[in-house]
Amino acid sequence: MVIPASTAPSPQPPATPHKGLKGWFYKRFPVEEFLSDQLTGYYAPKNFNIWYYFGSLALVVLGLQLFTGIFLTMFYKVGEATSFDSVEFIMREVQGGWLIRYLHSTGASFFFIVVYLHMFRSLLYGSYKAPRELLWLFGMAVYLALMAEAFFGYVLPWGNMSFWGAQVIVNLFSTIPVIGGGLVEWIRGDYGIADATLNRFFALHVVAVPLALLLLVVFHLVALRRTGSSNPDGIEIKERVGPTGKPIDGIPFHPYYTIKDIVGVGVMFTLLAIVVFFVPTLGGLFLEQPNFEPANPMSTPEHIAPVWYFTPYYAILRAVPDQKLGALLMFLAVAAFLFLPWLDRSPVKSMRYRGWISRTALAVFTVSFLVLMYLGLLPAEGLYVILARIFTVLYFAYFVLMPFYTRIDRVKPVPERVTYHAHG
Amino acid sequence: MRMVKKLGFVSAPSLPRLRGRAGWGRTFAVALILATSSVNAAEGHGGGASWKAWHAENEVANLASLQRGARNFMGYCLGCHSLKYERYSRMQEDLEIPQAQFEKYLLPPGEKSTNYILSTLPPADGEAWFGKAPPDLSLMARARGPDYIYQFLKTFYADPTRPTGVNNLRLATTAMPHVLSELEGVKRAVFKGEGIEKEFERFETLAPGRLTPADYDIFVRDTVNFLDYVSEPTQVQRRALGVWVVLFLLLFTWLAWALKKEYWKDVT
Repeated sequence: MVIPASTAPSPQPPATPHKGLKGWFYKRFPVEEFLSDQLTGYYAPKNFNIWYYFGSLALVVLGLQLFTGIFLTMFYKVGEATSFDSVEFIMREVQGGWLIRYLHSTGASFFFIVVYLHMFRSLLYGSYKAPRELLWLFGMAVYLALMAEAFFGYVLPWGNMSFWGAQVIVNLFSTIPVIGGGLVEWIRGDYGIADATLNRFFALHVVAVPLALLLLVVFHLVALRRTGSSNPDGIEIKERVGPTGKPIDGIPFHPYYTIKDIVGVGVMFTLLAIVVFFVPTLGGLFLEQPNFEPANPMSTPEHIAPVWYFTPYYAILRAVPDQKLGALLMFLAVAAFLFLPWLDRSPVKSMRYRGWISRTALAVFTVSFLVLMYLGLLPAEGLYVILARIFTVLYFAYFVLMPFYTRIDRVKPVPERVTYHAHG
Repeated sequence: MRMVKKLGFVSAPSLPRLRGRAGWGRTFAVALILATSSVNAAEGHGGGASWKAWHAENEVANLASLQRGARNFMGYCLGCHSLKYERYSRMQEDLEIPQAQFEKYLLPPGEKSTNYILSTLPPADGEAWFGKAPPDLSLMARARGPDYIYQFLKTFYADPTRPTGVNNLRLATTAMPHVLSELEGVKRAVFKGEGIEKEFERFETLAPGRLTPADYDIFVRDTVNFLDYVSEPTQVQRRALGVWVVLFLLLFTWLAWALKKEYWKDVT
């Protein structure tokens, strides 16, 4: 039997101008193609304003958290009997341990600051609208993973607020009909928040969730490379390409935005350093006072409050007299963001060209989010509960009424080219 | 400056240098006697009703105060309370206490300087005697705040209904006896109203202590200051380093901004 020689050409590695070892390496590994696809050949709109810093900043904070987290893991000893002591050991006896720990604890709060501003940018300029729905959904998945990561991480120092915070959050799952009780026990691995819970939260915090987070960030970036960035004008720059086939309103991400983003990184790290070195607890906002006492199932803190980034949802939970309904509403408050691309019926993306109704709605929503954030830090009593109810209604009104007000809102004409004034 | 700090340690208030340990027992007895005896009321302390607004106003960078606070702690607190996260040697180093004085006045006999500062009171005994084991104080200043400890140490008053003969405004029905009564003296709390309307009005001195109210105030502030230091021994170093880090980052940001401006010149 004769085997016919293949007529198809054997695959040839692409040519590279480099010679020697570099040439050998580049022939086998697409370094240049990768950099070109991701940075030098990736065109971003030239009219980004301050709101467009926060994506790259989120990536930088993620790096900071991974870096500091690795060092913390070297000294942290997970376990009911050892966790609290080992954190104090890091704070006092490990060389530079206090710095690493404060960078990590402050980094967690900065992660949320940056992500909330990044999300607000999307609301402001309609970045979630077609064709970027999937980009938005991956971003939301990153946000959900981040919430899980922050929650698990908060339990690890095994302070009294770690313990009681875990108690409250895990018990929320008991409100799920039928399976609730069993589910909570399965999550805890015990009849109460205990050693087993702490150990599994550690595993989730240092391995499972960070892996998921990294993967989702990659998906988010891949989706971004497909659609390209939106911009404050909400114009698709890809629709106007120059003779070179590149968008005329775009500039290569590298060097223009890499260099520009370094300025943002400088500003962020300056603010981060001010917190880390001068007010690491930020008056109990970033590190809560009761968490300097070891976990004690026999002593409940005066009032249990999560860290500030969860308090808007916590306020919504407590605003509802019925616990089941409260938990459901809390869940919906987070999930509502997922539906934005389909709730928004406006023909334009950016707030710049939307009418007063959309602008008012966003303003009311932003104020509601911030007020709920503040109320979540306070005890749920008297006027605070009433206020929380009012602002919970306003919070949901933004989403529920969106299909209506975005359709009737009068929009302004969108220009053909992006608005950009060169700076001297 | 350094000299003054050292002097501050050597020539601190006119207190006999008590060797902590079991020292509280005697004080406790004195307190009980004083508390249960009826002594003529002296002048009130003034401003008592506003004790919730009292602030420790301690300065963790004040070495002399920290050194006095360390001496106070070793003399009056260590009998029952540990600082389980702090080593003697770390304290000596951070507070710049000369070796000779450290060994003579602060390091209990038989302790190695690298040992953690632990009370010899077994927790089980503490629980049996007071109903609650005396808590470790390493993190008290962070968990409750310096003001809390300050208010606690300043608002003990005679209360014959309590097993220890004293009660406290900051922490009502505290299990802790007024260990510092030999210094502060014993005071009575005057309340107005009854039941839930009951409201603190002022203190009245029943018996003066060895310190004047002003000196006792310094004594408490120094002790609180020391506990504040112990709650985060790196805090002074942290702030000092922070200044340089922030200055560097500002310079870095300015350079990055200048670079960005240069690159963006050709974007039109």
